[in-house]
Amino acid sequence: MDHPTTSTLLSWMLFTPLAGVVTITALVGTGIFAKSKMNELSRAIALFCSAVPLVLGIYLWANYDGASTQVQFVHHFAWISSLNVEYFVGVDGTSVSLVVLSALVSFIATIASMPWCQGKSHLDDHHFTQHKVPGYMAMLLLLQVGMTGTFISLDFFLFYVFWEVMLLPMYFLIGIWGGPRKEYAAIKFFLYTLAGSVLMLLALIALYYRGPLVPGADGIAHHTFNMLTMRDHAADYLVAPAILGVQFTHIVWIGLFIGFAIKVPMFPFHTWLPDAHVEAPTPISVILAGVLLKMGSYGMLRVNWAILPEATRWASYAVALLGTINIVYAAFVCLAQRDLKKLIAYSSVSHMGFVLLGMASLTPQGIEGAVLQMFTHGIISPMLFLIVGVIYDRAHHRNIEGFGGLAVQVPEYTAMMGLAFFASMGLPGLAGFVGEFLVFSGAFPIFQLLTILSATSVVITAAYYLWTIQRVFLGKLNEKYKDLIDLNWRERMTLYPLAAMALWLGFYPQAVLGLVHSGMDQLLRSIHAG
Amino acid sequence: MITPTLVHFLIVGALLFTLGFICVLTRRNAVGILMGVELILNAANVNFVAFNHYVAGGLAGQMFGVFVIVLAAAEAAVGLAIVVSIYQTFRSIDVTDVDLMRE
Amino acid sequence: MPTPVTSANWLWLIPAFPALGALLNAALGLRLQRKFGKNIVHSIAVGAMVASTTVAWLAFARMFGLEAEERFLRDLLWPMAHVGSLELNFAFALDPLSMVMVLVITNVATLIHIYSTGYMHDEPAYWRFFMWLNLFVFAMLLLVMGDNFAVMFFGWEGVGLCSYGLISFWYTDLEKAKAGMKAFVVNRFGDFGFVIGLFLLFWTLAGHWSATSKFSSDTRVSGRIPGSATLLPAQEHGIKIGPTIDFRELKDQLNPEHNKAGTPEDVGIAQHLTHETIWGVPVIFLICLFLFVGATGKSAQIPLYVWLPDAMAGPTPVSALIHAATMVTAGVYMVARLNFLFALSPMAMGVVATVGCLTAIFAATIGFFQYDIKKVLAYSTVSQLGFMFIGVGTGAYWAGVFHLFTHAFFKACLFLGSGSVIMGCHHEQDMRKMGGLWKKMPRTAWTYLLACMAIAGMPWMSGFYSKDEILGKAYASGHLALPGLGATPWLGPTIWAVGLVAAFGTAYYMFRSFYMTFTGEYRGGTDHHDAPASAHHDAHGHHAHEPHESPAQMTLVLIALAAAAFGALFLGIPEAWTGHEPLFAKWLEPSLPAAAHIPFSETPKSVELGLMALSVLIGLCGWGLAHVLYFNNKSTVPARLLAQFPRVHKVIFNKYYVDEFYDAIIIRPALVLKEICFWIDRNIIDGLVNLVGLIVRIFANIDGAIDKYLVDGLVNFTGFAVMESGRRIRRLQTGHIQNYLYGALGGALVFVVLNYVVLK
Repeated sequence: MDHPTTSTLLSWMLFTPLAGVVTITALVGTGIFAKSKMNELSRAIALFCSAVPLVLGIYLWANYDGASTQVQFVHHFAWISSLNVEYFVGVDGTSVSLVVLSALVSFIATIASMPWCQGKSHLDDHHFTQHKVPGYMAMLLLLQVGMTGTFISLDFFLFYVFWEVMLLPMYFLIGIWGGPRKEYAAIKFFLYTLAGSVLMLLALIALYYRGPLVPGADGIAHHTFNMLTMRDHAADYLVAPAILGVQFTHIVWIGLFIGFAIKVPMFPFHTWLPDAHVEAPTPISVILAGVLLKMGSYGMLRVNWAILPEATRWASYAVALLGTINIVYAAFVCLAQRDLKKLIAYSSVSHMGFVLLGMASLTPQGIEGAVLQMFTHGIISPMLFLIVGVIYDRAHHRNIEGFGGLAVQVPEYTAMMGLAFFASMGLPGLAGFVGEFLVFSGAFPIFQLLTILSATSVVITAAYYLWTIQRVFLGKLNEKYKDLIDLNWRERMTLYPLAAMALWLGFYPQAVLGLVHSGMDQLLRSIHAG
Repeated sequence: MITPTLVHFLIVGALLFTLGFICVLTRRNAVGILMGVELILNAANVNFVAFNHYVAGGLAGQMFGVFVIVLAAAEAAVGLAIVVSIYQTFRSIDVTDVDLMRE
Repeated sequence: MPTPVTSANWLWLIPAFPALGALLNAALGLRLQRKFGKNIVHSIAVGAMVASTTVAWLAFARMFGLEAEERFLRDLLWPMAHVGSLELNFAFALDPLSMVMVLVITNVATLIHIYSTGYMHDEPAYWRFFMWLNLFVFAMLLLVMGDNFAVMFFGWEGVGLCSYGLISFWYTDLEKAKAGMKAFVVNRFGDFGFVIGLFLLFWTLAGHWSATSKFSSDTRVSGRIPGSATLLPAQEHGIKIGPTIDFRELKDQLNPEHNKAGTPEDVGIAQHLTHETIWGVPVIFLICLFLFVGATGKSAQIPLYVWLPDAMAGPTPVSALIHAATMVTAGVYMVARLNFLFALSPMAMGVVATVGCLTAIFAATIGFFQYDIKKVLAYSTVSQLGFMFIGVGTGAYWAGVFHLFTHAFFKACLFLGSGSVIMGCHHEQDMRKMGGLWKKMPRTAWTYLLACMAIAGMPWMSGFYSKDEILGKAYASGHLALPGLGATPWLGPTIWAVGLVAAFGTAYYMFRSFYMTFTGEYRGGTDHHDAPASAHHDAHGHHAHEPHESPAQMTLVLIALAAAAFGALFLGIPEAWTGHEPLFAKWLEPSLPAAAHIPFSETPKSVELGLMALSVLIGLCGWGLAHVLYFNNKSTVPARLLAQFPRVHKVIFNKYYVDEFYDAIIIRPALVLKEICFWIDRNIIDGLVNLVGLIVRIFANIDGAIDKYLVDGLVNFTGFAVMESGRRIRRLQTGHIQNYLYGALGGALVFVVLNYVVLK
């Protein structure tokens, strides 16, 4: 077997939250603790079980060798030998930054799920921090398992399993702890994603059966789900027989792409996102925007780009076009929003468009910019959703027109929101800029017109954010909010680390680029080689 | 003078059978029906004896005739007993009143 | 020979001090102010500025000690992104040009910080003001000290942010908040151009558009990745050529000295740039045009000047620092910094100069009729920036930068003077309610007069030397071209003539503002609380209704700036008088390699002196006109003229309705478009999704119906049929023995008949 086990670190990152899920479930099942005691206990377990992966993630970041193109921290053994399915986890340039990101965002989301430091503001029993706490915490941890698993799996079967694992807790988290239209949103989310999963599953099977034969654990030649082997035998797929008269690689590519694009979300598959975000509780929005969206673009890089390079080149213009539509169209839609959370949800759509554009360019600047953009968006959008959560907890509505002049009353909150908004609109010195800049510079030589069109979004983005700031914070204070409370310490604990990261990456993006550089270089080499 | 042949006997048997059958079909009185049955049995007897005489030879036909007469006696006894029982149940021996087996 | 680099790993201190000051005030300002009062807040800010200025002067001393061509200090801090052929470093550099800018910024900013301690004294959000001010200086220093485009862009956007924060400083007034937003969004249009220009330049240098020359990076070669390292030889004659965003590397490879056609030292990049086309347009023109769009945004030129007049909503020291002395000159600085690039395209030069010229005259005419003292100064700034662009556009780079330099002093002085007046008049900005302040505010008046003379171009005032040099060079520019027209030798003299008219206008409206403010009788009412800006000075200490002179920290700053505005003249005494190059031009020479290669036509010395006399005369005429119309505010001529031409006045007073025009062609369509997009999203995209859902549901219902009625129906029908037939057939069971016998008889007969008929 290639890639022998070198470290179990990733498995620890993966299974600590799962252990938490099991523990919480078992404790609830035995029923030995009273309800309030059980709530406390499950919160503690969730905190611990999401803190461990974060610590391990930081270790991973520090010890990952950015100069190597090899997969690192591999844990590898046979799982279902009759199908040659393996438990194969590891990180390379494509995934390492996202693994760290998901650990960070999950931990932040867990803190945001704690009912600490409420001070004078009272949380009713239906608030997600109070309602069915053990179940919530278990689902949160299970979600983390799914996310981490997706990013570290190098076996396609395993990847698919985790992809689906993530779906379930998300459905319940929105459907049980969500807002007024939670059922609609949860079902919409679930069905959308499932539709994508079906296409992915078909493509997965096609890739499996047309893929290379390698000796399995039992010494007999098997097909394989190993994504690295698939990647190394990418040429095999070019000679596979056509399906429905369409070249094999192209049709498989399209199937996979739609499956992933729904998650990104890409125009025109994006409408689940605003609904899901609006109904989801704050920490879930944080995870949704911060990590889940990246699973789509990550999947494209990991599967479409790496395993089907020829089809990727074939489709690159279409991807760039869709990316551009994402960017510009969603920016205009943002301008029309009255619900603060919806605005931010659409801005995520717009910003994920940059990722698509950058990836489609197939230049080092574009593709590394895309990965950086994934990471920085994973820092900034959680911040934005946390900020919306703060005001929603206090004012119980999110109508932009319904505020006004809050800057006088809550200066610290205003400063945080300003920082997050400016970071999101790509102000140099904050995290959003470098990714956008690299994407534009990488895409420009390949798609001049599309890049120029996309670049107009810098104006629109500035307009909708500043207009929002103006409507919410500036002007005369709305008398209704003269008792509004500024940030409390729990909110600070979630916002300040992200703000610090945004500032740090704004000036030193090489911290992420250094990790991804060699991996992306290798990927591009293989794409342009064919 | 015409010599009687098998056909003549068969004609007599058939006439007897037909008369008996018509009696069974048309009589509403249970006793009348029993009488019709007697005629049918005797039609069979005529045939037994005639076939024995003209076709088979020996005594088997006559023996069957005797058996049938015995059987007819027994049948008449059982039949009449049933008729009595019917009369006790329905106060009538009209068979159209006795339709418990319907449907 | 490439520019030699002198490493100076302490340059970062210059921007670091203001950054630290901003950080301290942002984190602790409010608490410090509550606990220890305002002194501690401004001590931090001013202290940071003083420290920064000191380091800047040290850097100047270090640079002064070097040979002219070695004057390049560099401080590489850390790599930000090294991706493919793009190398983005966080690095600072100082050459003579940026040194001048750094000195202007640090010194003027320090003075304005000091001034602000007086002007903003009664502001509750004192700490926030100084935080923004320090942050602005930090960003501005990044802009001018950036070693490459990226760091410059950091500053470029950073100053935009600070400008936003300071224009909407009094954000409880929604109008002021809107002005801030307008400034930022309009500037973003410029930034868009800047970035596109940068990419065009970068990829042209990478040879991305050309298929043949030695600069091509042929993407068709198997395995070559576009955007990775190029096929170019890394070095030629010791000069790195190829794609770069480093100013120094750019300058070296585009230096005319290294691009003389036919010589062995020719690296060929200039030729490559001028011959390449994209979309049928010379690529060098496009590069310069897009970069210039960036400059028009930041430097408030047509068509993106609209934000600057509104930006006067900010506190007056901000207007002085950001919207007069430093930030708005960033565009001029950029064009001067990229002189070697712009010099390659006479067409781009023509566009720059023309836009500058049009802006100069356009803004001047609007300035004629404004009554808000700050608005007058704002339009005057736009107009003066136009002059600077005439300078850098025609190729008189040093003159343009010199005008930037002198303008920084006299315009800061004017703005601060106006601030002093506004404060003296209790936040009154309307000049019609001023007048007669000469006696009450003598120091302000004197410095204002001095600065007016400087801006109007009176002899022996610095503005004369800079403006005159610009106009003189414009007169001698026969090398400009315009897109669609080709070479236009007449353009230079035309610009000169229009510039002269604008100079007349400048003198007129500046002295008009002076006379309206300082001469005649005081016209201010006593009930100053009706003034629009009265909301934020209710806690004001001065309740004396009479105007009064401002405190010492403000007037001393005015005097210092007026002195600087006067003293700057010694750096720019023209060659025609002394016979050798002006000091300022000599100092800038290493930064402006293209300057020596601009083909200005030779003007005889007599003509040159004649032109100077003419422009002095024109300036005096403007002054004279203002004197006649507005001295002591007694003349009724202005009022009668207004009555005579109400339409003209209305159009100009309303700034030619440009704001309304933009509103109609950009903002309204954008607002409609957003609704359309959202409608599409809700109804078409989501509608499609819901339609798919609906169709699926309809199919499901049909399916259900089929199941329920057809499949299940068939099963049920079988059972039903059996039941029904049973029900029917059981009728035969009459219970009448005779019926059965009939049946038997019938059956027998059938068999008999069958026997005879069928089986016969």
